[in-house]
Parts: sequence; structure tokens; C-alpha cells
Amino acid sequence: MSSADSVLDPKTSPTFPIAAKTSLRDTQLRKNVRHATEVIQNKRARVVGEMPDWQQLRESGKQIREHAMAHLDYHLEEFERNCTRAGGKVHWARDGEEAKRIVTELVKQHASPENPEVIKIKSMTTEEIHLNIALEAAGIKAYETDLAELIIQLGHDQPSHIVVPALHKNRQQIREIFQREMNLPELGDKPQDLADAARRFLREKFLRVNTAVSGANFLIAETGGVCIVESEGNGRMCLTLPDTLITVAGIDKILPRYQDLEVMLQLLPRSATGERMNPYNSIWTGVHEGDGPRNFHVVLMDNARTSVLADDEGRQTLNCIRCAACQNACPVYRQTGGHAYGSVYAGPIGAILTPQLQQLHHAQTLPYASSLCGACYEVCPVKINIPEVLIHLRNKVVKQKGPLNPEALAMKTVGAIFKSERRFRAAQRLGRVAETPLVGKDGWIGWLPGMLGGWTQVRDLREMPKETFRDWWEKRGKRGN
Amino acid sequence: MKVLERLGHTVDFPAGQTCCGQMHWNTGYQAEALPLVGRFVEQFRHAEAVVVPSSSCVAMMRDHYPKMAEELGDRKLMAEVAELLPRVYEFSEFLTRGLGLTDVGAYYPHRVTYHASCHGLRNLGLGDGPMSLLRAVKGIDLVQIENMEQCCGFGGTFAVKNADVSSAMLAEKTTAVLNTGAEACTACDNSCLMHIQGALHRQRTGVRTVHLAEILAGAEGDAL
Repeated sequence: MSSADSVLDPKTSPTFPIAAKTSLRDTQLRKNVRHATEVIQNKRARVVGEMPDWQQLRESGKQIREHAMAHLDYHLEEFERNCTRAGGKVHWARDGEEAKRIVTELVKQHASPENPEVIKIKSMTTEEIHLNIALEAAGIKAYETDLAELIIQLGHDQPSHIVVPALHKNRQQIREIFQREMNLPELGDKPQDLADAARRFLREKFLRVNTAVSGANFLIAETGGVCIVESEGNGRMCLTLPDTLITVAGIDKILPRYQDLEVMLQLLPRSATGERMNPYNSIWTGVHEGDGPRNFHVVLMDNARTSVLADDEGRQTLNCIRCAACQNACPVYRQTGGHAYGSVYAGPIGAILTPQLQQLHHAQTLPYASSLCGACYEVCPVKINIPEVLIHLRNKVVKQKGPLNPEALAMKTVGAIFKSERRFRAAQRLGRVAETPLVGKDGWIGWLPGMLGGWTQVRDLREMPKETFRDWWEKRGKRGN
Repeated sequence: MKVLERLGHTVDFPAGQTCCGQMHWNTGYQAEALPLVGRFVEQFRHAEAVVVPSSSCVAMMRDHYPKMAEELGDRKLMAEVAELLPRVYEFSEFLTRGLGLTDVGAYYPHRVTYHASCHGLRNLGLGDGPMSLLRAVKGIDLVQIENMEQCCGFGGTFAVKNADVSSAMLAEKTTAVLNTGAEACTACDNSCLMHIQGALHRQRTGVRTVHLAEILAGAEGDAL
């Protein structure tokens, strides 16, 4: 399987319920996901628990992000000015296609013409637009340098988690990939063995390749600086060794002030990896003589973010800082893993982000891929009310589908029943009659038809009571003292 | 009803009440849910306190009714909703926060475990309230369930639209219930209980589900 035919693209992916069925059959996958999310969740809970002002921090984070989005036009231009002044070059991309074209052209300009190559820092934004495929088509080799992204790339796989993209693989599976792809038949499966193999494989690329592509955790408008946080130091290599650095960032990554990092760099690592501080925090501003890349480009990409911004209720989605705490906390994600979401953005944030980035042309089942349990909202470091946005998007899906389908008709009928006491009583009586053929001797229903059949896959349903509460109440009369 | 009357309250059941509209609202059928806000206010506006034996219905009202009234553009309704909502309580919340009680004089001689329904836990912030009521019940053998705060997988139409994922979530929950060795699983939300009970019955486990109110209604001498 090549990376091109297994790509996670909402336009071509199966619906969530269908893809979830496949994931649920993979017991190894479910074991891996459950274990990994549990480990990260527990770490997060420990380091969040030690913060007496966590709730205030969340509120600050929310307000900073809301402010940034409310004045996005101003701050983006401010960023462009300051980045340009510091020696960077800012490019604007309306969508993914344009961003890919710009990056490809820049690489061709700067990389060696005989053997164009780039080293990459882990970036969800470049995953979103499938940049590697475009580079490959242009004859450019891209090497992922984040350990997890390297596993994904060598395994011809797709990321299943925003922070830990290879979370669905365990050590033995990673060893097999490395053995095969790095030609290391004797490789062990201890973390040191795997890290050592990756280090040898990557060091040589760091020293050879002169162009790097990165994403961004934050763009700082006030200084024109770009911030990346990471755990391995491989990102730092990409930011310092090559001659040319190309950063691709969604326009939503803006922070107004340098000072805002004080809040964000407390919220992000604790929420993402359960660490008090990331091992490597890089902030770079433009170019500096004799220090780091000599050519620095930033591609600011919209790719439907302005349409999300235009939606009053969906807007808060853009506040996301990609910590993935919601993925780890989500009982749905925990069962299915990330690939079932048909997008590089999986889990609760993916369920609201993907359909909006697709302007609801695709991924219409994602807003329903949640029991609305609220665990995501509870852990979100910038207080995105994901359940609220899910409901908002469900309403949009319902409107788009129109009134002439079985579900809409049933909902309309039930809605009419709820509007009238007389109809409600009649429906209770009718329901009792209608269920009779389905009720077994023990007073339970073991099979339901049509849309309701999902219930009786693994559950029974008790028959309706012979006497409703209403009947009982009326017979008894109002009592009390 | 029994608990409230035992505590000396006068209980009324306005016959015109139907549904809070949660199913419609959460599934995306906003137009169908909107008229139910006015209906609720009309039915309950005269009550001193409105006690609801389902945490998710209360969450629906608290989280969405003010916005829904606003969406209807009905200023009078907005004011009425704002006036009525502080008097709307989830059942356990009414006892613990409204009345300041934990011991309601109940007797229930069984091994019981408690599942914290999502909306009660996160939207209403019930916290330890329901457990404190249970701990005060005479004769009860209360056992802690593993991952008490994890969703049972019901989620309204989610259980049907994503039946496979819902079933997988439910399987984790029923395993946790069975691991406690409890005779009954209780919660503050009938929908979770119906969901959990559906699987416990299908698996012929003999473990039943009971609403918190049923336990608190128990008294010595009753056939329990």
C-alpha cells in the first residue's frame, strides 16, 4: 500500500459508522489505543492537578484565543509586517492547493536540483493538505523527522492522533516497520533500540538535507516570531541546520503578544503530553547572520478557516491549540482510534473541525460521532465547548438533508406528539399496542426493526409499563400535607 | 414521589408536560425542540420547585433553554425562563443542595454500585451529591465502580446511529458493573439505566438497574 492510496481524506473516506466497524474489529488496535490514551490521560491529570490556578489559566487561554480570532485580520497583517522586517518572507495561500504549490516552488528554488529533498518537522497542517504527496509528485523527497511521524511514513500509514500520530502502533509493530524499512533484521524492541535506529537513520539526513519544512504551534503577531514545541529535539535540528526553512501555518495559529506564550506554554504541554514543560521550545524570528537558516519563508494558509470564523457558533473551533487532550479523554476515540474519523484530525476536535474545513460537503457523519458526554470540554485547555459545536453542526446537517427522509419524518411526527397532551397520551397507548408483537414472554423486547435495530444488536428493551405514571397518578389523586 | 412526600412536600404532576426536547435538540432538529420551551414554562411556572428525575433533562434546560428562548425572539419567554430555571433541580440535587439533606431515612439492604451519568456529572456538577445520599442509606452495601465517570455509550440517538461504537462503550461499562459484584446499578438518569439494563438483561446477568429515587424510597418493612 502506498501513502497515496491510504490517505485520510474526508472527500473519499467511508462514513464514521462504517469505518468504526472496521476499527472495532481490530483488537490489537483497540488495545494499543486504550493503553496509550490511558497513560497520557493519567499523566495529564497529575500535572494539571498540581496547578492551583488551572481553571483561571483555561479562562485566560480562552480569552487570548478569542481575542486573536476576533481581530485576526489585524494580527495577521501585524505578523506579516514584523516577520518581513526581521528578514522572513510571508506568502498567503487561499487553500491547500495554493499552499502546496508555493511550498513546492520554494523547495525547487532552494534545494539541490539533482536530488531535491526536505526534512520535515511534525506538522498537522501539512498533513491536512497532504503536502508530502504533492512533494513526491514534484520529485521531491520528504523525510519526516519526528519519531512518530517517521514510523507513520515508513509504515505507509496515516496519523491517528494529533500529538502522538503513531499511537495506534505498539513497540513490536514499530520494530517490524524499522526492521523492514531500515533493513535492520536484528533490531530489538526496547525503546532504546528503536530510538537508536531512528537516530542513526535521521542524523544522516539532518547533515545532508539543506531545506526544512515545518508547521507552527504559534505565530506571534507582535514580534513576527514563530514558536514550535516538541519533545525530541529533532525539530530543533530542522530549525537550525538547513539553509532554508519553510513554515506552513494555518492563519488560526496567531497569538497577539509574545507575553501570551506565558499562558499557552503552561496549558499546552500539560494538556498534550502531561509534561510541565516541553523539552524543546523553539521561537525564531526572521533570519540572523551566521545563525540558523538564511532563507526563511512562512506560508499563511486559510483553507476554509475564514468560513469557520464567519460562523458565530462554530468559530470557537479555531481557538484549538492542537493539544489532543480531547482525543485522549474521548470514550468514542478510545474505542475506535483515529483512522475511523477519515481525517488527520480525529477525535472530538476532528468531529467538529473536519466537517467545517470541508464546509459540510463531506464528513457529515462526524458531528454524530459523539455521545455528547462532555469529557472533551472538561479537559480542553482553551474551553472549546465541543458538545455545543457538535449540536450546532448536527443542526446544519439536518437542514442540508431536508425534510424528506425517514429520520426527519419520524422526528417531525414525534415533535408534533410532544406539542400536545392529547397526542402524547394517545401515543403512549398506541406504543403499547404496537410493541405487543415484539415483546417476549418475559416482558422484554429482543429485536427492533429498521433504524432502531442498532439498539437490539447487544441490548434488550423492557416493554412499556401496563399502567403509565400518568394513569397511576390520576387514579391516586393529589396527596400530601 | 415517595421520598418527597415522606419529607413533607406536596407533589404535583402537571398533566400537560411531555418532553424537554433533548432528543430533538441534540440530534439537530432544533425547529422541533423550540416550541417545547414555552410548553415547559407554561406547565411549571407556578411551582415552588421543579424536581426532575433525570440529569440530562435538567442539563438540557439549563444549558439550552435561555438560548432557545432568545432564538425564538420571545422576550417574555426569555424572562420567564430566567425566572424559572433557578427553581429547576435534578432529583438528588434538590435533596442535597435544595434541602441540604443527605439522610432521607431510606433503607435498602442490597449491594449497589453507582454510575455517574455524564450530564449530571459534567453539566450539572452534581459531584459527590448522589454518593453522599447513598452512603446515608441504611442496610446498603455501596461498592465503587471502576471508571465511574466514563460514559456508558447511550448518548440518545448515538446508540442507534453509531450502534457499534455505543455497544463497545457499553460493554466496558457492564464489565465494570459486573466486576463490582453488585446486585444493582444505580444512577440519576433513566436513559443511562435503560441502556445499561438492556445489556445486563441480554447477557442474562441477573443484575438489575434502579433509579436513585427507587433506592431512597425504600423503607424498612417494604418488599425490597
